[in-house]
Parts: sequence; C-alpha cells; structure tokens
Amino acid sequence: MLNPPSRGARRSALLSFGAALVACIARPRLGLAQPVMNPEVGTDARMINTPEGAIRSILNGATMQRGRVKLVLPKVAENGHSVALTVSVESPMTEQDHVRSVDLVSGKNPVPHLATFLLGPRAGRAEVSTRVRLNGTQRMTAIAQLSDGSFWFDTFDVTVTDEACLDGG
Amino acid sequence: MAVARIQLPPQAKRGEVIEVRIIVKHPMETGFRYDSYGRLTPRNVIRSLVCRYNGTVVFEGLLSSGIAANPYLRFFTRAVESGELEFSWIDDDKVAGKASAPITVVD
Repeated sequence: MLNPPSRGARRSALLSFGAALVACIARPRLGLAQPVMNPEVGTDARMINTPEGAIRSILNGATMQRGRVKLVLPKVAENGHSVALTVSVESPMTEQDHVRSVDLVSGKNPVPHLATFLLGPRAGRAEVSTRVRLNGTQRMTAIAQLSDGSFWFDTFDVTVTDEACLDGG
Repeated sequence: MAVARIQLPPQAKRGEVIEVRIIVKHPMETGFRYDSYGRLTPRNVIRSLVCRYNGTVVFEGLLSSGIAANPYLRFFTRAVESGELEFSWIDDDKVAGKASAPITVVD
C-alpha cells in the first residue's frame, strides 16, 4: 500500500509539471492576444503578432465602423520596399471634435501594426502620408480614433508585385 | 543629404493650415535580414518621431519596421505664430536625432 504523504508529494509534483507544461503551451497564445509594434530587439515578431490581434489591441474592446476614413495606396505596387500611402479622415479638427490617432494595420506583414500617428486639434486637417513596406498582396486597414472615442476604419486591397521581405525573411 | 530634410511653405497666413513634409535619413533596419555570414541583423528602427511647434507637440508618429527606409512623413498643422517646427526622434540603438525649420507667419 502506498504511503499517503509520498503519494500527495508525487501528485503535487505531477500537478506542478502539468502547470509548467500548460504555461509553455499557453505563452505563444498570450502573445497572440497582445501584439506589440516594437517587440524586444532579437525577438521574432512573426511568432507573436497577427493582424487580428493588432486590431483587437487598438480597439481595446470597442467596435469600429466603416466610413469617415479614406485610405489611399496605389492599386498595384511594383516594389513592396516603399509604397506611398495616404490616410485622410473627415473631421472639422476643432477642440470639441478632432481625430486623436490614426493606426495602420497590414494584413500580411511580419509586424502587422505598422504605425500610430497621434494628431490633435492643432493639426487643422486630418491627413497623413508616409511610405510603407509591404510583404506581398494584402488588405491594408487604417483605423482612426476620434475625440469622442469612436473608431472608424477603411481598407484597401493592394497588389504587390515585388514584395519587401524576400531576402532572408 | 543632411540628417533630415523638412519642407514647409516659406510663409503662411495666421490660422492657415500648412503642409509639413519631413524625410529622415535612417536605414529602418527590420531585424528580419541576414548578413553574408548568416547572422541576423538586429532591428534598428525609429520608434517615435515628435514634431513640436514652438514647444507644443502638434504631431507624433510611432513607427515600426513596416515603415520604409528613410521614413517620409507628410502631415498638416495650423500656422499660429512665427517660430520654429522642431522634430526629434529616437531609434532602437537609443540614438536621438533632431532637426528644425523656421516658419514665418504674416497677418
């Protein structure tokens, strides 16, 4: 017959081993839920980030509606290393009603959350342009948060003929 | 090319919305590339770029490796008074950069 204390010790050891195993499996999933724009240098961002997770973390529980935002890219980008992009938001840009932030999310890049632009009533006009790297044909999303806390978005399907991440990545 | 090039209208009316364009000289190393020895090149991107108009923050960009090398930004601001637009940025190597451009506001 087994000695009750030793059996208990064995069970707790088994339990802790089980908990460690669960933690190991659960860690990447936790990472998926909380993507970061700039992970620690050296971490492989492809393992922790998804576009859905990036949008979830931007919205933080809120919902977004299509409209007011206009995202413009070339329909066909010949070189994914540098693609011109413009986001504009319909807003009077006054103290009471302005755009707080604009987020760019890529559907296919290893780091989906491309950028956050923080604007304010001093901007006068809610329009930002930049150049992005695109890892292939994908759907781009621009999300704007207004001063009342509401989120608006627009998407754009861009065809990339020569993607940015061919070399070693 | 200098560290950064800034383009502003030479003169603006008070209250006018002006276009600001900046291009910063920076490799925006993604951290996904390998060198000829097969070693991963560490990421080095500009994480944040702030624009101050006479000390007041009017624009801030939080960037990632998804922004093309030599990041270009174009945005708008309202010309309120003569002074200076100062840009400052910092990258993963904690190297900070600075550039500024004067603005003249006429009535």
